[in-house]
Amino acid sequence: MPEPKGFFTDTTVCIGCKACQVACHQWNDLPAGHGRSRSELPVLSGNSYDNTGSFSDVNWRHVKFIEQPLTQGPNRVAWLMMSDVCKHCVNAPCLEVCPTGAILRTEFDSVFISEPACNGCRDCVSACPFGVIHMSESRGVAQKCTLCYDRLKNEMVPACAQACPTNSIQFDTIANLKRRAEQRVSQLHREGVRAAHLYGADDKVLGGLNSFYLLVDKPEVYGLPSNPKVPSRSVVQSSFWGIMTAIMTGLGMLFAFRSRTTRSPLDRAETQKPAAGAKERPIT
Amino acid sequence: MPGLGTSYGRGGATTFAADLQHSDAILIMGSNMAECHPVAFRWVMKAKARDPNPCKLIHADPRFTRTSAMANTYAPVRAGSDIVFLGALIHHMVDQYERILAKPEAERDARDKFFLDYLIHYTNSASIITEDFRDTEDNDGVFSGFQPAQRRYDASKWRYETDPRDAASAAAPETFTTAVVSLVGPPAHQDPTLTHERCVFRILKKHFQRYTAQMVEEVCGTAQSTFQEVAHTLWSNSGPDRTSAICYAVGWTQHTTGVQMIRAAAVLQLLLGNIGRPGGGILALRGHATIQGSTDIATLYNLHPGYLNTPSALKRHDTLLDYIRAETSATSYWSNFPKFIVSQLKAWFGDAATAANSYAYDFLPKIVGDHSHMPMMVAMARGDMDGFFAMGQNPAVGGQNAGFQRKALAKLKWLVVRDLYETETASFWKDSPEVQSGELVPREIQTEVFFLPAAAVAEMDGSFTNTQRLVQWHEKAVDPPEDARSDIWFTVHLGRRLKELYRESPLERDRPIQSLVWIYVNEAANREWRIKDEPSAELILKEINGYTWTPGRPLEGAPAASFADLKDDGTTACGAWIYTGIYAGGRNQAANRRGDDWVSLGWGFSWPANRRLMYNRASADLAGNPWPKEARLAREHPRAGRALPGFVYWDAAQNRWMGLDVPDFPPTKRPSAPAQPRGVGLDYHDGASPFIMKGDGKGWLYVPAGLVDGPLPTHYEPYESPVQNTVYRQQNNPVTILYNVPGNPYAPVGSREFPHVLSTYRLTEHHLSGTMSRWLPWLAELQPELFCELSPEHAGEIGVENTGWVVISTPRGSIRAKALVTRRIQPFRLRERTVHHVGLPWHWGYKGVSTGDVVNNLSALVGDPNVNIHEAKVFVCDVRKG
Repeated sequence: MPEPKGFFTDTTVCIGCKACQVACHQWNDLPAGHGRSRSELPVLSGNSYDNTGSFSDVNWRHVKFIEQPLTQGPNRVAWLMMSDVCKHCVNAPCLEVCPTGAILRTEFDSVFISEPACNGCRDCVSACPFGVIHMSESRGVAQKCTLCYDRLKNEMVPACAQACPTNSIQFDTIANLKRRAEQRVSQLHREGVRAAHLYGADDKVLGGLNSFYLLVDKPEVYGLPSNPKVPSRSVVQSSFWGIMTAIMTGLGMLFAFRSRTTRSPLDRAETQKPAAGAKERPIT
Repeated sequence: MPGLGTSYGRGGATTFAADLQHSDAILIMGSNMAECHPVAFRWVMKAKARDPNPCKLIHADPRFTRTSAMANTYAPVRAGSDIVFLGALIHHMVDQYERILAKPEAERDARDKFFLDYLIHYTNSASIITEDFRDTEDNDGVFSGFQPAQRRYDASKWRYETDPRDAASAAAPETFTTAVVSLVGPPAHQDPTLTHERCVFRILKKHFQRYTAQMVEEVCGTAQSTFQEVAHTLWSNSGPDRTSAICYAVGWTQHTTGVQMIRAAAVLQLLLGNIGRPGGGILALRGHATIQGSTDIATLYNLHPGYLNTPSALKRHDTLLDYIRAETSATSYWSNFPKFIVSQLKAWFGDAATAANSYAYDFLPKIVGDHSHMPMMVAMARGDMDGFFAMGQNPAVGGQNAGFQRKALAKLKWLVVRDLYETETASFWKDSPEVQSGELVPREIQTEVFFLPAAAVAEMDGSFTNTQRLVQWHEKAVDPPEDARSDIWFTVHLGRRLKELYRESPLERDRPIQSLVWIYVNEAANREWRIKDEPSAELILKEINGYTWTPGRPLEGAPAASFADLKDDGTTACGAWIYTGIYAGGRNQAANRRGDDWVSLGWGFSWPANRRLMYNRASADLAGNPWPKEARLAREHPRAGRALPGFVYWDAAQNRWMGLDVPDFPPTKRPSAPAQPRGVGLDYHDGASPFIMKGDGKGWLYVPAGLVDGPLPTHYEPYESPVQNTVYRQQNNPVTILYNVPGNPYAPVGSREFPHVLSTYRLTEHHLSGTMSRWLPWLAELQPELFCELSPEHAGEIGVENTGWVVISTPRGSIRAKALVTRRIQPFRLRERTVHHVGLPWHWGYKGVSTGDVVNNLSALVGDPNVNIHEAKVFVCDVRKG
């Protein structure tokens, strides 16, 4: 059994080149485009240099650009960049809510959607607090980063990490990554970057994220929830399980049915967070 | 290229990208390195993330870019005011030297001694300049020798002061060798105490005295505190145990003072003792994947491969001997010039090149003027040209004043475009803005356009020479589709067909094409491919490398191992001497793939002679011992399990120069070797002169010969500027190349109609005119539309909102774009007024998946006097809501 593997993304060295996005598209043979018509390119978003906007069924990587007005110090603006991806959570809400068992934990401790087993119920879409999972409209199955499972099986590094020119996206065993990340944080603290901290490296966020980040501002600034909630099923790990099975199954079916037709409040709140955040900080 | 060339001897980047990992400070200016060179930028980030002792990163630029976002210090500098900023840095460093010189010798520490040794021995600071020289400070903003009527300088007024030449040396030479010997002249007078008022150091000090921190604030719009921080960072991170690097790109070259901006950086790095040393140097970041290669194996009209000047009807180039006498610098490595040109003629004309016919020198056409891109397009617009090949070039989008250039294309009889897609140049006759507006009518255009599909890089063998002079081979992976062919295939087969047409001609004038060695197709090597008549890129590489000439059997002799093997008697053939060694031992060294974590001598081949860091003699002290920083790095990077004492150093036991890099110095010349005043070539230099391509072996703080617009950098405003020059009465570079032709109007200084400064630039997501990115949806979606970056203040003044449409106008044209309103753009508050900066990426055109207006419709034909490069980084415009 291989050790758990994943990403450490050091946002302080991300130059926003989007090579990771292009490498992801190329390796996974995903089409360009956004919205209903695949042949149509997005229009200029006006949101800094981010024109793909969010994750989608074909955007498994997404580089965010955050322009922050500054009133103190020599510069009048700070420009944060961050390449976002599936967090491959240790307690993955998507995996827990999946009714068909299509979402699996691999031998690398990554979270993987097995397409043949996916019935297109969208529970995982609602469950993900990061807005990572999207439905493929053409094929009716849930889509997200696979941590390049096919490359890992062949002892290759995921395409995005391979393409990253500045080593902002690092791929390794989680243990190695944590060690390096902690060293980097302490270095930045010594250099006076007091705000540098890790997000998801410990077990406070969903039991730990196998894709964790070094940030220099609050998680919300990057469109990341500070304290994401684990959805229903994970809290119902109790001694009532046997007694409540029948009731829970009924409720669960009802819930699944509802979420197919309307998106849950949780989903709406979480997936729209980045956009709302951008509005609160108009780039002008 | 002449900026670095006249300063150090070679026009290429002095260092390599991976070496930046060892810089203690890096100044990026005239470049948006993170966006435009993201792969090389990895080494910058590695240096900045170094623990302990992180590198200090400084970005000076008019716009806050992805590079600025990574910097420790961002210095906003108004476009076109770079020489004021750099001049004030030079002033600051000169003051540090004055402080050191004022100390009694006993009180000088190791750091002081380093700076003085480097300045006095490795630069021309002590050389004395002729009495004819008058500086801009004494001459109302121009140098002596200025001829206003001709708008040119007589550069003979800037020379070194020397003893008179011997009369004997003027005797008529008989051989190439005696010709070179006769060219050796007396050395410049020296004052190592640096007190003579006409020594270079004193002239430099006086020239830059007026460039102060206050001037930086008033002319560049940079806060004095920010400037002081930059000055302090560079000075404190240079010296015996620290080095700083400078990176620049087209943000410096594309100015009417561009060469002098690079010169200013070159002066600064010499004063800081950073040239020839690891972690130091100047990294000239080139635009395309092989733009360095395209000047090395020259696509420029005035250079033969290997930087040999093209014979010119305007110079004394009548015979080969005349040409050699005019072009040879006898007291540098260029004393070997006769070997380079004779071997080149032999490579090209083979058995037809004999001693009796001066190696077919008369076969070479001579240039009769400036035939570079802009004059060529002006000639085309006049109707003086019949035909034009556009290969890997898209002037309908990338050309300055692109509307002018598209209309010029309509004056041709024929146009050949070879590219991956039908570019805007290929389709100008049917869908250009001029056709839309009715200015051009397709049925009236007589130009016959041939569009030929080109092969992509993975479909052919070949090489790239990248920004750091590194030649890397790439191998063909698949056949190109259908009729698409490689550039080599097209050129070689075009040549074969032309030779066939002229085969029977009895005319003397057709002998050059009949004699041309042109045998590059080796069908046996193409057995596994569909295309059997693909020429062999390796055979061409062998010709470039050079080989022993065997009569009647071109390309068959043994490959030369180094340029020291080349001869001037017709026994060797060599296409480009600087690349010699790339095919040493009959093996393609450019295909080498043994890299390591730093110098990587086993990865590819770097000209000259696989040296990675040029002028590396300067990485050791006068006695040849490594400086402390070099000693430390060598300890940290053992080679083959053994720690060497330094980067490049004199090994007294073995009596030779050794090190981690290939020494850029005669291998067995002692550090203590005296200069021989009558010596030819490198014998003329002493053992402590690292700049072997310069006639005196020194780095040139002051350029006594080789530039047309002055020996020292001087601030002039861009040709189109919103403000008067407040530094001198002379408004702009007095020898700027102007094109006062119909269709190329300029805005007057301080124009009310066009009050804003405009820069064009590139984005990470696109490549140049977009031919390799706007057709590719994966890239096009990342920046799907043309935009115009405006500051919130500017947008507020004209009532434009983010993503709203604006119309941008210059005297040459108008375009529409969406506004991207951002605080990353800032107005510049100068002494007299506030200037708005407008930014436009220039990747868009009317073909491809992502289309948009052509930004170069706005730019002007106007040129730097040294190299005739345009001024796309700064001109003036108006912006309105649209």
